[in-house]
Amino acid sequence: MTSKIIPRTHFWQGNEACAEAAIVSGCRFFAGYPITPASEIGEHLAWRLPQVGGIAVQMEDEIASLGAVVGASWAGAKAMTATSGPGFSLMQELIGYAFMTETPCVVVDVQRTGPSTGQATKGGQGDVMQARWGTHGDYASIALSPNSVQEMFDLTIRAFNLAETYRTPVVLLADEIIAHMREQIIIPQSDQITIINRKKPKPTDKAFFNGEDVAPMPSVGEGYNVPITGSTHNEYGYRFTADRAVHKQLVESLIGKVRNNSEKIVDYESNNFDDCDVGIVSFGCTSRAVYETVDLAKKKGVTVGFVRLKTIWPFPEEAVRNIAKNAKVIIVPELNMGEVFYEVERVVHGYVPVIPLNKIGGGEMITPEELLAKIIESVKKVD
Amino acid sequence: MTEAFTSRKYLRDMSLPFCVGCGCVTVINHFLRAVHELGHKDLSKFVFCSGIGCAGWIPSPYFKADSIHTPHGRSIPVATGVKLLRSDLNVVVFGGDGDIAGIGMGHLVHAARRNLDITVVMVNNMIYGMTGGQVAPTTPIGTKTTTTPYGSFEQPLDVTRLVVAAGASFVARWTTAHGEQLKESLKKAVATKGFAFVEAVSPCPTAFGRRAGFKDVAETFRWYRDNSVPLEETEKMTVEELTSKIAVGEYVDRKIPTFTETIFKTIREAKKSEKTN
Ligand SMILES: Cc1ncc(C[n+]2csc(CCOP(=O)(O)OP(=O)(O)O)c2C)c(N)n1
Ligand code: SF4
Repeated sequence: MTSKIIPRTHFWQGNEACAEAAIVSGCRFFAGYPITPASEIGEHLAWRLPQVGGIAVQMEDEIASLGAVVGASWAGAKAMTATSGPGFSLMQELIGYAFMTETPCVVVDVQRTGPSTGQATKGGQGDVMQARWGTHGDYASIALSPNSVQEMFDLTIRAFNLAETYRTPVVLLADEIIAHMREQIIIPQSDQITIINRKKPKPTDKAFFNGEDVAPMPSVGEGYNVPITGSTHNEYGYRFTADRAVHKQLVESLIGKVRNNSEKIVDYESNNFDDCDVGIVSFGCTSRAVYETVDLAKKKGVTVGFVRLKTIWPFPEEAVRNIAKNAKVIIVPELNMGEVFYEVERVVHGYVPVIPLNKIGGGEMITPEELLAKIIESVKKVD
Repeated sequence: MTEAFTSRKYLRDMSLPFCVGCGCVTVINHFLRAVHELGHKDLSKFVFCSGIGCAGWIPSPYFKADSIHTPHGRSIPVATGVKLLRSDLNVVVFGGDGDIAGIGMGHLVHAARRNLDITVVMVNNMIYGMTGGQVAPTTPIGTKTTTTPYGSFEQPLDVTRLVVAAGASFVARWTTAHGEQLKESLKKAVATKGFAFVEAVSPCPTAFGRRAGFKDVAETFRWYRDNSVPLEETEKMTVEELTSKIAVGEYVDRKIPTFTETIFKTIREAKKSEKTN
């Protein structure tokens, strides 16, 4: 492979698509620690980044990996790490730090079956809430959920663009099934791909944090003498560890960057019939069963609409509310014991019943047949 | 060097947060003197990284420079990312013994093993100062701390020797009572290509001195002087004789391939072979 990827149809693995997308996004620094099912991302970048003038290093653990990514980001690079549940847990400390210091970076979490070492090689979707609430304190998250190799590519690019736009860590919440499968992927011409870079300061600028809009970001070594800290700080980066007003203003503005722009950030796919019997809210690998199920249900005389979450955080509340208006019942299939389910319940707020379909262990997907059975059962219940 | 030394040109116009008699202030002074004597008119060629703890506040935000104040123990990984992107800058880490050799220990050993081209200054006050005097990995056995009210029952760690064993280019240990030597070693450390580690054994009158039975900082200094042994002399001493002694001096100063040299060489060669393939 030459250092540039050729814009055409390829047959790639999900992790490979993610790694190539990082390069297209302008990522020139990767630091990671090996873990199934994410290792191929680091391996691929260890081979590819040097070819394009970038650096890939294997660190001593996941904390150090995200630490190095944060350092590289402040030195001016677009930077990324990739891991799975156990490593994602270790990274939570620095995810909070990246949020607090407004450090753009991308964290790929290829979900496997947890808790703990669980079933290390088997896919799962149990990190949804960790991607939202994993670190301590008040914060907002951005997490994207790909459901194909194509989206491993497209959403990785989007993750970098969002990280750079809002100066915040962005999680690509993938899963083992999408990461390890191979399928066709179309790489567009480079002029068809939008790449966003962080806003740089003017030489006279002094305030680099906590602005009403996203503040411009200097790099270290550019002469701005910027103090960067995970402690509460004002717009110049100076610590204020006791002042209530400074903390409130800081955290509200950091959360506001995401909340106030959630309409721009939220992305989903929907097939929302005006009057359907059942609505399905799904994401990631699980959503792949939905398309076929819609047809199977149709043959049984049941109309099924769906919303597929491409951003999980911020949660696509409007889309879920809309399907709740049109459907008599909502089903939430996921490879965990119920995570997105609770979020859907919160949003639907009793308007229609919300029914979970959970499956865990063995890395097995929810099949269209299982989903269909749940649909038939649910329709009977609400009739 | 015609210009006279003043720490003011390197410091922001703010008052330092340290207790009276705190060794952190001494370390700041000697470090800035070292920087001055190396001919730096300002800190524009430096990036500072530090973790959490009193010593973590040394550069952040008091140095007129870029400083990254990381979570507890994570300064070295962040410094790694900075250095790999900006190998032209001097990346200097400050931290306490808890920050660097307790929670951050794994990172320290691996950075030394890689011979990452940064300088780490560990201010060893033998205690967790900021949190009020809990036992540290460096606390002498028998010391009463808030978490060892009957006396510490753990062997302290000789961090300096550990860093030597891990493969650093330059390693030195002094106490703040050895001002001139400390400053000279800091100069060498900053100028070193490769991993440079300086341990500054340093008083914390608030959280350590009191409990260790020192009346004041002057007494701590006397204790440092009386109990410091030049490294050369330690070879003749038995393990018992060395207990509770501070072996001071420059432990290593060696030219070995550094992390940035090796990584960039590897990348250059990879690119070359890519072309010829
Ligand atoms: C993850 C984490 N654990 C614990 C703390 C609490 N804490 C703050 S400073 C500190 C130790 C300080 O000791 P040291 O690093 O030796 O620095 P000193 O204050 O003595 O200079 C601890 C445990 C923290 N901030 N973060
Ligand atoms: S508590 Fe100890 S280390 Fe911290 S500022 Fe006071 S004297 Fe220095």
